[in-house]
Amino acid sequence: MILYMSCFVLFCIGLYGVMRKRNIIKIITGIIICEYAANLLFILIGYRMGGRAPILAHGTVIENMVDPLPQAVVLTTIVIGLATTIVLVTLAIRLYEKYGTFDITKIEELKG
Amino acid sequence: MKKIKEPGMSVIVKTVARLVARVMLLFGFYVVLHGQVTHGGGFAGGVVMALVFILIMLAYGKEGALRTFSRTGALTTAGIGLILLVAIAFTGYWRGHFFANFLGQGWPFEFWSAGVIPFLNIAIGLVVLGSLYGIFAALTHFHSEEEEKQ
Amino acid sequence: MNELYILFGLMIIGAIAAIEMEDLLSSVISVSAVGLGLSMAFLVLKAPDMAFTQLIVEILCLIILIRATIKKDLPFSTSGRWILNTTITIFFIVVFLGAVSLALMELPEFGHPLMKVGEIYLRDGFAQTGATNLVAAILQDYRAYDRLGEVAVLFVSFIGVLAILRREGRVSAAESKKDLI
Repeated sequence: MILYMSCFVLFCIGLYGVMRKRNIIKIITGIIICEYAANLLFILIGYRMGGRAPILAHGTVIENMVDPLPQAVVLTTIVIGLATTIVLVTLAIRLYEKYGTFDITKIEELKG
Repeated sequence: MKKIKEPGMSVIVKTVARLVARVMLLFGFYVVLHGQVTHGGGFAGGVVMALVFILIMLAYGKEGALRTFSRTGALTTAGIGLILLVAIAFTGYWRGHFFANFLGQGWPFEFWSAGVIPFLNIAIGLVVLGSLYGIFAALTHFHSEEEEKQ
Repeated sequence: MNELYILFGLMIIGAIAAIEMEDLLSSVISVSAVGLGLSMAFLVLKAPDMAFTQLIVEILCLIILIRATIKKDLPFSTSGRWILNTTITIFFIVVFLGAVSLALMELPEFGHPLMKVGEIYLRDGFAQTGATNLVAAILQDYRAYDRLGEVAVLFVSFIGVLAILRREGRVSAAESKKDLI
């Protein structure tokens, strides 16, 4: 239970960064931390006490494997998170070139 | 007298990059091909192969890397990978449904053990290699243009 | 599971440092440290596929973020409606934590997962697909549509980056063909 709670604490830190900070790079950082917390929660739910990795070995029978389904889902999530981060960083670079700042309040004031 | 600045980093970085690049490429290809037997797979191997070209771009500068692997080449690689993936998926209709495993299973615990999965891994690796290298090349191109303007 | 507590503590410290650090470069490197801690946590939780992928993706993310933030620092601005913003943020976090504490009742206890689908994959996966790595068997055979969508998303992000970075005010068609990408 403490492990689940610390996972949610990590998510809250990311949420705070997204909502409170004005720098675009800080907001992207917050989004990345939220994404890490979500991935971690999936893997934590799929873990089995004293389990083994879901890879078969030659000659031996491996009992008590962990759940492979959350791992497959998280692999997809990591890829999509990378694609999202890249597009966000590109948008931030483009905004910096147009306005000369990463501060979203100043970008709001400049308009056009 | 001012010395003309060479593109890229220092001699040490260039030498290490030249020595390491081929080994890294081989490792990436190994990871792609053995995705069905051990951990790894198409995406991780593709990112390793893209990191090789990104390393060359960081060490030797933009021109040196684009001579090795041009931006049109990156787009073509990604397109070929995607077309290959969809083609393998459609060939599955031969055995009944989309994405069917139409090849035999072969021998367990060897390379030829999972039918169509290695080919899917190769296609995914090509898409990832082309896309990530193309993104990084586009960002670097933009960066250098911005510096020229200042 | 003592090593997990240590790793989680380090990750939370790294996340706080990433959010609160004034220097952008330090912030980016802190978030990368959080990612490496996540990779080690995956390894402890018996997910080697995820650990490998996360490690490599983290390096790529770090390179791209450093490219974006290098030489582009700016001082912090905390002027304006400081109290209102902080109040709203804390309100949202409290609402989120309340919803989480309701959801925690429904989650299975740590170490005893509900494996309704997972058991079937573990039992039949090797016989039906022939792949030794069961995660690869699920990704490329049972749930191959996921894989197709994921690869399509990556390709679309490539096209999107090219579209975002395109220069505007293009004069002639010949020039547009020259710097297509």
